[in-house]
Amino acid sequence: MSWYENIPTMDRQELRDFKKYVDISFKDFSRTYGDGIETFFDPLLYFLVWFEKLLINAPWPLIILVIAVLAWVGSRSIFVVSGTVCSFIVIGYFGMWEDTMSTLAIISISTLLCISVGIPIGIFMSRSDRLQSMVNPVLDVMQTIPSFVYLIPVVMLLGIGKVPGLIAVCIYALPPIVRLTNLGIRLVDNEILEASESFGASYSQKLFGVQIPLALPNIFAGVNQTIMMALAMVVIASMIGVKGLGVPVLRAVSNQYLALGMLNGLAIVALAIIFDRISQSFGKRLQKHLESEHGV
Amino acid sequence: MASETKVAIKNLYKIFGKNPTGMINHVMNGMSKKELLEKFNSVLALNDVNIDIPAKGIQVIMGLSGSGKSTLIRHVNRLIEPTSGELIVAGQNVLKMDKKELREFRRHTASMVFQKFALLPHHTILENVSYGLTIQNISKDEAAERSQQWIDKVGLKGYEKHFPSQLSGGMQQRVGLARALATDAEILLMDEAFSALDPLIRTEMQDVLLSLQKELHKTILFITHDLDEALRIGDNIAILRDGLVVQKGTPQEIVINPADKYVTDFIKDINRGRVLLVSSIMDSSKLTKGVEIEKNMIIEDALQIISKSGASKAIVTEDGKPIGSVELGRMIEAIARPNNNTEETANYH
Repeated sequence: MSWYENIPTMDRQELRDFKKYVDISFKDFSRTYGDGIETFFDPLLYFLVWFEKLLINAPWPLIILVIAVLAWVGSRSIFVVSGTVCSFIVIGYFGMWEDTMSTLAIISISTLLCISVGIPIGIFMSRSDRLQSMVNPVLDVMQTIPSFVYLIPVVMLLGIGKVPGLIAVCIYALPPIVRLTNLGIRLVDNEILEASESFGASYSQKLFGVQIPLALPNIFAGVNQTIMMALAMVVIASMIGVKGLGVPVLRAVSNQYLALGMLNGLAIVALAIIFDRISQSFGKRLQKHLESEHGV
Repeated sequence: MASETKVAIKNLYKIFGKNPTGMINHVMNGMSKKELLEKFNSVLALNDVNIDIPAKGIQVIMGLSGSGKSTLIRHVNRLIEPTSGELIVAGQNVLKMDKKELREFRRHTASMVFQKFALLPHHTILENVSYGLTIQNISKDEAAERSQQWIDKVGLKGYEKHFPSQLSGGMQQRVGLARALATDAEILLMDEAFSALDPLIRTEMQDVLLSLQKELHKTILFITHDLDEALRIGDNIAILRDGLVVQKGTPQEIVINPADKYVTDFIKDINRGRVLLVSSIMDSSKLTKGVEIEKNMIIEDALQIISKSGASKAIVTEDGKPIGSVELGRMIEAIARPNNNTEETANYH
């Protein structure tokens, strides 16, 4: 009855061999292909470094002006713009300007990366139920697996630095944009699609003329979520060498610096709120045609 | 009928389910819709439909929900593929077209109006009306110019820059109609186009359609579940039940001579005086004196003329020449609601 009391387990030796085998084969893999993969990501690294330097070296009033203009274009709200400007001035006043710029750089680039990869995947997913059923579990894993776990292979493969950090952020932030693009396209009214088809629309005319425009509110919700997730990942990414607001937070945690932790944490929150308000009000403006003004 | 056939639907079958082609033999051997559903979990949507639609007329397909009428109209531009059958539209075999030919066909030969309008919510009225033209890659200016004509024609001048959500249902369907007309397709497919509108607006839209038709002479396939609408606008009517055509004919023929109990029940509640023509109840053996009534007048109008004249009889004329007579009593008898008795209805002949 021993099998009844103890769950059957692998032999200790076997288990150790199994783990060793996985570790060694991955090490071999990263030794063989690691350099190649690193070179592959080189352009991304150069761009990231260039963008970060640009943000840090540019005069601060110029940066605030550019951000204020972007906020205005996105939200068309004086309230959001003045809030944004105030937050950045306060961030600068408390000496967090450089870290904030680094974070801004990695967030912008990882969001762009997620959008350019995620939207096409979402589109393909919406066209095939089979692909959807295959991609969905992958997205589930990406969202739920503890981020430290996939940091291990990423670091083994690419070492410590900006690019592995960026990849870690993207793995975490990609799922919402994929899911919501897929969902948005699937939710487009079937009769409207039928109408488009009945007038002889080709595949691409349907996709770009009807499906994507009508899915935009959902796609935008996805972009918003992706930005939020990327910001949430900033602290963890700093563990593998990404500069930015995460670094002081990490230091504060290990040294029990309350004020340092709070300040940098609040700076992340401020960035999150700013990004959220801007992208949300932009998404809302995209749906302006849905506001009914009967009998005008 | 003398005029050419524009749309010929021949032996059309449509079965929804896992193995439609395998089911077709069962259906051809006489298996009923109910049996097919119970035994094979397949839905028989269209069962050996044969309809020849003459050019330049309004063909109404009528039936209750689930009768297969919306499925049928979607076969004409192949939004739905048939399980078996043939479909000749404007001399072209639609089912043999490849993707590109089908696109061209949809762009130039048949356009469609939808029950829930199906306008593009993110485009203005002008952009919606010119949608069919932009898909054909016609330049923006030309498309706008051509669309403007149709916007004016359906009475939406001044609304070009509005969005669909800012318009009422009736106006939205005017946009739908203008969009379909703008491609100059000779065939117009209207899928319950006015069913979502309230009765007054519906009548108004029927008038819009009829007056446009007087000038345009399109071949129109009109789907409806509303018999009054069918009788009002149809040159020909086909009644569909459970995917089967139970009767085809002119409105007169259907009202005077319903094919079975199903159709009889259908026509029970309609205003017969507004459908029946004097010619269908006149007595051509007798000529009397009195007021003159044109033979293609509906009884309702004829009654008004007779009661004004104070006489009890009237002469029926064709092109001004007397061809028969009709009595007041006969007219009243004709518009009275019939009993549920097919025999008696047939006696009107």
